[in-house]
Amino acid sequence: MKGQVFAITLVVMSGVATFIMFISTMDSLDLTRNRFYRDYSFADVFVHLKRAPESLKEKIKNVPGVHQVETRVSAYVKLDIGGFPEPVNARIISIPDDGKPLLNRFYIRKGRLADPAKDDEVVINENFAQAHSLGLGDSFAAIINGKWKRLTITGIALSPEFVLLMKPEAMSPDFKHYGVLWMSRKALGKAYDMEGAFNSVVLTLHRDAGLSDVLREVDQIVERYGGYGAYGRKDQISHRLLNEEFKQLQTSSKIFPTIFICVAAFLLNVVMSRTINTQREQIAALKAFGYNNLDIGLHYAKLVVLMILPGMLLGIAGGIWFGQLLGDIYMAVYRFPFLIYTLHSGVIIAVVLITIVSALVGTLHTLWRASGQPPAEAMRPEAPAQYRVSLIERLGIGRWLSQPSRIIARNIERKPIRTFLSMIGIAAACATMISSGFFKDSVNHMVNVQFVLSQKEDMTVAFIEPTSRRVLYELQEIEGIRYAETYRNVPVKMIHGHRSYKTAINGIEPESRLHLLLDTRLKPVALPPAGIMLTDHLGKILDVRAGDMLTVELLEGTRSTRQVPVVALTKQYLGVMGYMDVRALNRLLGEGDAVSGAHLVTDALHRKRLFQRFVEMPRVSGTVVRTDEVRNFHEIQAKGMLFFTFIATLMACFISFGVVYNNARITFSERSRELSSLRVLGYTRGEISYILLGELGLITLAAIPLGFLLGYWLCGYIAQALASDLFRVPLIIEPKTFSLAAAVVLASASVSGLIVRHKLDHLDLVEVLKTRE
Amino acid sequence: MIGKKGRTDNVEEAVFQVRDLTKIYKMGEVEVHALRGVHMELYAGEMVVLLGPSGSGKSTLLNILGGLDTATHGFVSYRGRDLTKANEQELTEYRRFHVGFVFQFYNLISSLTARENVAVVTEIAGNPMVPEDALALVGLTDRLDHFPAQLSGGEQQRVAIARAISKNPEVLLCDEPTGALDSKTGIVVLEALEQINRELGTATAIITHNVDIAGMADRVVHLSNGRITEVTANKVKKSASELQW
Repeated sequence: MKGQVFAITLVVMSGVATFIMFISTMDSLDLTRNRFYRDYSFADVFVHLKRAPESLKEKIKNVPGVHQVETRVSAYVKLDIGGFPEPVNARIISIPDDGKPLLNRFYIRKGRLADPAKDDEVVINENFAQAHSLGLGDSFAAIINGKWKRLTITGIALSPEFVLLMKPEAMSPDFKHYGVLWMSRKALGKAYDMEGAFNSVVLTLHRDAGLSDVLREVDQIVERYGGYGAYGRKDQISHRLLNEEFKQLQTSSKIFPTIFICVAAFLLNVVMSRTINTQREQIAALKAFGYNNLDIGLHYAKLVVLMILPGMLLGIAGGIWFGQLLGDIYMAVYRFPFLIYTLHSGVIIAVVLITIVSALVGTLHTLWRASGQPPAEAMRPEAPAQYRVSLIERLGIGRWLSQPSRIIARNIERKPIRTFLSMIGIAAACATMISSGFFKDSVNHMVNVQFVLSQKEDMTVAFIEPTSRRVLYELQEIEGIRYAETYRNVPVKMIHGHRSYKTAINGIEPESRLHLLLDTRLKPVALPPAGIMLTDHLGKILDVRAGDMLTVELLEGTRSTRQVPVVALTKQYLGVMGYMDVRALNRLLGEGDAVSGAHLVTDALHRKRLFQRFVEMPRVSGTVVRTDEVRNFHEIQAKGMLFFTFIATLMACFISFGVVYNNARITFSERSRELSSLRVLGYTRGEISYILLGELGLITLAAIPLGFLLGYWLCGYIAQALASDLFRVPLIIEPKTFSLAAAVVLASASVSGLIVRHKLDHLDLVEVLKTRE
Repeated sequence: MIGKKGRTDNVEEAVFQVRDLTKIYKMGEVEVHALRGVHMELYAGEMVVLLGPSGSGKSTLLNILGGLDTATHGFVSYRGRDLTKANEQELTEYRRFHVGFVFQFYNLISSLTARENVAVVTEIAGNPMVPEDALALVGLTDRLDHFPAQLSGGEQQRVAIARAISKNPEVLLCDEPTGALDSKTGIVVLEALEQINRELGTATAIITHNVDIAGMADRVVHLSNGRITEVTANKVKKSASELQW
């Protein structure tokens, strides 16, 4: 039983470890986030506007339900970091002059707050400082409202507002190209002509306040000051991304441990039923001595628990270890001041109970049979197993089968349920492997669709405010820009029936060469001259189909409400938004040919000079370089994903090996007598190995396609479970993911086969003749 | 030393020659002397019964003759080939082509029918019978397509005998062939062995602790405590049907 206990230990350990890892990581992150939000007063409502007098603060404060209010000055700035030629942008936010922010307070990791009296001191966020190796006393330049200014770092901080820092419209965090700066309100107010005024306000609410009522009232108050629409925490980018990540973790923490535990339970079931079959006589003897059914049942229940105990203990220890590793990996992306690693005793109790119960349920049937037999019956050897001619022989193939092949066919067919369960076990292992590889494939596909098929520009510049389309000619004049196309981006609230969603409409040039919209088969579709196209997921959110009329509330400019016909839905994995012909959008906005920015195709040789040029252009607020973005996306994703994939693959290997090896061992012990008999009759080692390994091989080979199917289904389920507004995971599984899964299963089978072959070579021929069946 | 006395006229040469055969097992720290310097021969065509109580060494002797076990000391030759020096592969080949085994517990393959259980051997043997003929010899023509689970103990043992003789072996080694059967069924099985020996001239060694079976042998080798204590020849062989126990 040693080998089998080892295999069970591997499987139980994998199940328990993944369970603990996912749940403890999720709980820890959740607890850490809540603690950070609470202790550092994360706001409930966020409002951005053009400019409002400080006196408006009181009015906002008087809105029923509002608890605390803090006004701020906030802006996007361009930075010039010495020795780093690429474009760097930052959000700059004011610190109250008394030096004590009321809301979204930050945790100072190093140094101190910026001096309110000085206009050249800043506090910077930690990721950004680390990405550029910036320390206290270091300085860099910033273009603040068109003016070049040298800033000195006085502190490095973390804020609940930027736990997951992401540039608006970016795909993933990019700490090198985007940062957050905090600066004295006085200095910032002066720079942006906001003395006695503000352009950003954050609020906390009373516990019983109705969020939508507050949002509506605040929107009304700030409307005439150019409000962009108040939003709650759930739409705050950092919080929203965290939620998505947590949701993903939660889904994973349900799916993976469930598979592992199910497979472990299945294994225990098979092992126990076969073990108990070999223990019939002992059971009978115990009963003959006067042990009752309950005693015997308990004895075997203890045996089951004992068999899974090492796996549980190792799994708990491993799970804690993995959980901390995974937590650390997330901490590199999410910025909490600390990670409170937590593992609730309830989680351990749950996993222990789940494991024990599934193991016992798995063995209950056999236990029932074992303890229910009359002693005399149990002491008699089992009658020879019933066999019949197998189906494939009846189909006429039998004639060509050798006797050993016949043995294989009939053994497989005699216990179809067991054979099927063995196949399911192996298939589950194969499917787990596939689902761990699937993430990589789907992310690659997403990136490919987004950046190869759809967005073909290699750089994008955004303007501080909508600008005349004539800027295009200016851009085209710049050396190094080979091609340019403008775009218009407008924040809107889309309403259909009782559903609404805040997003943006992207106005694209007709016949755009850089921004292609794709249909569901990923073929480019022409942008109609009028009407709007929505991304398919947005269509689902709003329950809109082509031909429906959509209400669009503009959150910029005239802030009017318009009706726009939906002309089609377009396929997009990242983000949700609407697309319009830029001219149609301009008409909708009631403005001339205004643009928000431009997509560019540039010459790599001139890129450095271009970066410098954009830093100097006051109109340009930010620059995004696509290649950086793609690389960055891969890098950030890769870290978490590699670890995740590594763990899942490792666990899947364990399962795979556990199932195949166990199967091989049990089959070996069941067949050893028969195989020894054949050896005595003159069969060689190779010939008897064929019978045993042939059976196992056939089951394994048949299980692999089943595993592919199961894996595909599982990935489909995961993709659906992970779909969010931020991204939809396409169900893409590369052939190499399938082959890797198959290879791992085959390798486990081969190793198990070799071990069993070794045992076959050392069969005790004499021993087997002495014992009866 | 056991001479040629008592063997029948059709027997010419020794199939097995055993000299000073010793087998010591290690059971933990205890050494068990299963055989202590045994000498004997088995001649072509004869039927020998190895008689002795359990632990007398008869099974060990049979296992070594059958190439299933190796001796600690001594010499065993089969038709002049030294079995004690044979390697694993040679022993497998020896069992495959030259020896037929019948076991106490039949050791049939339960997934194969009677016919197929015989075919298991005929498929790999050098000069085999047709499985149906082998089964006809043991009177099982009407049970060809029955699985072991559908056969009685006696029938299963007769299938085992058919399987053993189907390769046309020179020697048939039977380890307590009636041990798991009642006397009536046991006699049917012994009749089959007797018929094979008579009709095919296969040298047959039967292990038993049942004294009554000794009556059907040409010679009876008595074993006790790892040694041959006596060899007797039956002047008049009983037929299996005359046996009683």
